[in-house]
Amino acid sequence: MRAGEPLILWDWTFNHLGDIGGYALEHIWLTTIAVGVGFVLAAVMSLIIRQAPTLFGPVTWVAGVLYTIPSLALFAMLVPITGLSVLTAEIGLVSYTLSILVRNMVAGLRSVPPDVREAATGMGYSPWQMLWHIELPLALVVIIAGVRVAVVTTIGLVAVTMVIGEGGLGRLIRMGIDQFFSTPLIIGAVLSIVLAVVCDGALVLVQRLATPWTRPAV
Amino acid sequence: MTFLVEVVNWFLAPEHWAGSDGIPSRIGEHLWLSATITLVAVAIALPIGVICGHLNRGGFVSINVANFGRAIPSLALLALAFPLALSWRFPGAERPLGFGFWPTFLALVPLGIPPILTNSYVGVREVDRDVVEAARGMGLREQQVLRSVEIPIALPIILAGIRNSAVAIVATATLGALVAGGGLGRYLVDGLARQDYPRMFVGALLVALLAIAVEVAFSGLERVVVSAGVRGREAAEPQLGELPR
Repeated sequence: MRAGEPLILWDWTFNHLGDIGGYALEHIWLTTIAVGVGFVLAAVMSLIIRQAPTLFGPVTWVAGVLYTIPSLALFAMLVPITGLSVLTAEIGLVSYTLSILVRNMVAGLRSVPPDVREAATGMGYSPWQMLWHIELPLALVVIIAGVRVAVVTTIGLVAVTMVIGEGGLGRLIRMGIDQFFSTPLIIGAVLSIVLAVVCDGALVLVQRLATPWTRPAV
Repeated sequence: MTFLVEVVNWFLAPEHWAGSDGIPSRIGEHLWLSATITLVAVAIALPIGVICGHLNRGGFVSINVANFGRAIPSLALLALAFPLALSWRFPGAERPLGFGFWPTFLALVPLGIPPILTNSYVGVREVDRDVVEAARGMGLREQQVLRSVEIPIALPIILAGIRNSAVAIVATATLGALVAGGGLGRYLVDGLARQDYPRMFVGALLVALLAIAVEVAFSGLERVVVSAGVRGREAAEPQLGELPR
């Protein structure tokens, strides 16, 4: 990097705390929208697949192909259509969260043992009651695991949207690369790692609280 | 429509098929970079995973390394590798590692390790203990048990790990262009910078196709090297999202 300069200039950091905080908030905001919208769409699609199981194969195939496409390539392909905008970033991000979540939601609903369903039918549960009181609680572990992967993946991908002028903490990484300035580079990278690890840990806690029966017996 | 015509024209133009910025040389760079990184990741992760699985030790570490690896954004790793490659030098070398290849290499090897490590550990450990006992009873030495019983049976799972890792590496190697690396990412980054959208679109398409081709190539490889008796075991691979807790 710049000759004779330490890797992190602390006074630069303290002078720019406001900017750094703003980028972090933008990062969290972009992630929240992507996971939120992806979650709702995935929930709707899973319910449709629940009614029409033949759709499961094609949907997971499309989701799998989509997941294989590199993020930089997906964002780049969208630019000629939607320009350099938040919309482009969010379309890309939502596609990834959707492809992760729909697979997990369907897998979660399918993991409910047939015996349990049969018992519920025998007790007179209607299909919607069965979904709400039987299938959803039992699928919750797998669904939350999917949300974990989606959140952590999205936090990484939001940083990549720096190439199309968005990026949250990725903006600091871009500044570092463009100006050969290691301070914002390292701060952006470390904060996005911290954000991902903290969110991952928080979701593990949520999962433990929401599904107490999965905790090992003391 | 006009945009698609521009894309096709860009793709067919002879000048984009020659020289160091031509399509063949960019694909070559991309494959060379990805293959080197995948091989190094395999060389590090495979022996550790297989031996831990054989001894049934170190599972906690193997699985947690994988979980932690999944949580780390690849761009952040690349960003951290950038100053490292610019300042670190091999003992005795005059100049630091520098741009291009090295930052991408340093960032992507850690990214490639977790799937291989977890799958080779889980694959070997899950081999039916009765089969292993039978092999020992027939007088096979530990090394032979590992080489001719456990690894062939675990092969579908091990290969699935290497495939996941290779696909992720091909996809992420694109980001290397952000730190002056070569490969197909160049078309994306340069195309965006110059607002040359056909260039960018061709780049994006080629990377996506390359990632899918690698995935397909591994399925083919699996069909060739996996013994007919143990095919279809890849279902035991930890599915996406079902993280070992």
